[in-house]
Amino acid sequence: MELPQRPGSRLDSYVDRYAARTRGMTASEIRALFAVASRPEVVSLAGGMPNLAALPMDSIATVAEELVRESGTVAMQYGGAQGDEKLREQICDIMRLEGVEGHPDDVIATVGSQQALDLVTRIFVDPGDVILAEGPSYVGALGVFASYQAQVIHVAMDDQGLVPDNLRAAIASVQAAGRRIKFLYTIPNFHNPAGVTMATERRPEIVEICREAGILILEDNPYGLLGFTGETYPALRSLDTENVIYLGSFSKTFAPGFRVGWALAPHAVREKLTLAAEAANLCPPAFSQMMVSRYLSTQPWREQIKAFRETYRDRRDATLTALADMMPAGVTWTKPEGGFYVWVTLPPGLDSKAMLPRAVTARVAYVPGTGFYSDGFGASSLRLSYCYPPPERIREGVRRFADVLREEMELRAAFGQDATRALDGRRAIDTPAPDLI
Amino acid sequence: MSDLGRVVVLAGGLSHERDVSIRSGRRVAEALRGVGVEVQVCDIDAGLLPTLIADRPDAIFPTVHGATGEDGAIQGILALLDLPYVGSSPASCRRAFDKPSAKDAVRTAGMATPDWVAIPKTTFRDLGTQAVLDVITAALPLPLFVKPARGGSSLGAAAVHSREELPAAMVACFAYDETALIERHVVGREVSISVVDTGEGPRALPAVEIVADSGIYDYAARYTAGMTEFFTPARLSTAETEAVKEVAIRAHNALGLSCISRTDLILDADGTAWFLEVNVAPGLTETSLLPLAASAANLDLGVLYRDLLQAVAVR
Repeated sequence: MELPQRPGSRLDSYVDRYAARTRGMTASEIRALFAVASRPEVVSLAGGMPNLAALPMDSIATVAEELVRESGTVAMQYGGAQGDEKLREQICDIMRLEGVEGHPDDVIATVGSQQALDLVTRIFVDPGDVILAEGPSYVGALGVFASYQAQVIHVAMDDQGLVPDNLRAAIASVQAAGRRIKFLYTIPNFHNPAGVTMATERRPEIVEICREAGILILEDNPYGLLGFTGETYPALRSLDTENVIYLGSFSKTFAPGFRVGWALAPHAVREKLTLAAEAANLCPPAFSQMMVSRYLSTQPWREQIKAFRETYRDRRDATLTALADMMPAGVTWTKPEGGFYVWVTLPPGLDSKAMLPRAVTARVAYVPGTGFYSDGFGASSLRLSYCYPPPERIREGVRRFADVLREEMELRAAFGQDATRALDGRRAIDTPAPDLI
Repeated sequence: MSDLGRVVVLAGGLSHERDVSIRSGRRVAEALRGVGVEVQVCDIDAGLLPTLIADRPDAIFPTVHGATGEDGAIQGILALLDLPYVGSSPASCRRAFDKPSAKDAVRTAGMATPDWVAIPKTTFRDLGTQAVLDVITAALPLPLFVKPARGGSSLGAAAVHSREELPAAMVACFAYDETALIERHVVGREVSISVVDTGEGPRALPAVEIVADSGIYDYAARYTAGMTEFFTPARLSTAETEAVKEVAIRAHNALGLSCISRTDLILDADGTAWFLEVNVAPGLTETSLLPLAASAANLDLGVLYRDLLQAVAVR
């Protein structure tokens, strides 16, 4: 029978009008599973929320009260697109801790370093341009790059971070194909999600490779001051002032709710970033900037970062001990010296995404590795976050995860290692929202 | 205005469908508030029973999907507390939620449902994976459809077009449930019929025809507005419309369901309506099928949900 010709409903009257870049913005059954992770019954090793319980809330309340009383009409007013001048000076002081000499005029305050990522990509990347990024890489960056229709080529790391020879090979391969690389995106310190740190001796080499190839470096450094020994590493920006754009953030060293980050860029680039920022949001929130600035001026923030480091070190230790005690043979993991994350690699044939429902049933959550690649790679890996749960919960979470893993290994042994469903070509957002614990 | 006093909408829980359930609950609560009903939304957690016992709402609207919400567990607790709720009895929920049991009941009642086999994970270990897969593919012709015996929202479900695809589909399925339902994949038009009973007996709402862009009405197609085209009422002849509605009503009755259900079926080229499964707590989100059907029937959702509550409150 011929069907009557009448239109159906798509429940979205704009469906034919969306930009091509919205492809992939679909509901994800994996992302939906994270809804369960927020329940207290579940040990969430999935989110990346800092442990704000360690902050001196009474003192911060005083800072906020004084800000409103003394400077309320400024703090609640529009500000300049480049950001608060005093804060930019303080940012320069902070960057100096990692060897970066910058001028406040070359700093732009942004709505988290995430906005800086967006702005840099906006002013440099045309659809189809190539961006090099570590494999795996920060999911928030991959989302930005996808929204500007860039092609991300991943460069493999080892336990010393980005491998220079792999970088050379990737550049040669892309250039041989006649493609243009706009920049290398890298998280040198306490990498999210890999948990590794770029070796100090590799840094000049990587800077030199990019300079020679005419490739800008976008250095993202939210965790640099969170090394567990207090040691810092020389920023790539400290090795090259012209070819590196440096991104920083107060989200991990103070609190993400203020949404204050920054970019330090060569003068001409910074001017374009400021104009792009003005088009995006007129100005970063003056209130947040002034809160951060006053916090830095009046509170012992270095001591606070030390307290954060100690908390996260204890949780890292709990994670690594539990993994060593309970993981089945064949599972490997990185050993972070700072930051929030451990990257776990499963034996061949296991698929971390496929087994996440089983993990959620067992009341433990992690993030499957595929979310940290733009090309579907990463199925045999996953990220564990230790920043939020206390050590005893971490141990319980790893215990549950180990049980899930053994069950999955048994199942794979029964059905064969190739028993993995092929990707259907869609790239849904398979990682949790930022407010997941 | 409503004669009802205070109503509790249950949403959330710990199943894989928590996210969908929260969205369903929010929609139901909004619709009820729109017709003057006082609504409290509660999660399924340790605080729920003390709240229900202390406050004793006039009626409860469970929108909890997946286990606990649809397997009769929460209904059993509400029955023990003698609290009226929108939905079926615990026993009926249990039978309907377990897809093989539901298919058994529906076939016994004389309706068509694709041939199937339900196999627990342990069977593969006990009898040998390859041997079991060989038996399955010898008895059930390809293409097949594999899905968890208990669960919804197409989670863990996959079409299988070749013998080689079967192991991966089984592994994906076992991530969601311990038992897999493997059934013959009937090709045809995908149709869904919601049944509601506000006190005058079950009645079928207009059939919704589902045409997913990808060809598979999976999780993304279900919950991403724009990825699926819905025809409501479905593009069916009068006879076909009557046939699919009849299957939905008969399935509702055969399984002893009450208040609300949604039957998913395939209408093949010969006009046979094949029962696939029934949902006792159907999705009520902004992209769900029952609200679409109610809208096509010119039913205000708030009024419909209120009527369902009032019908159980006076039982």
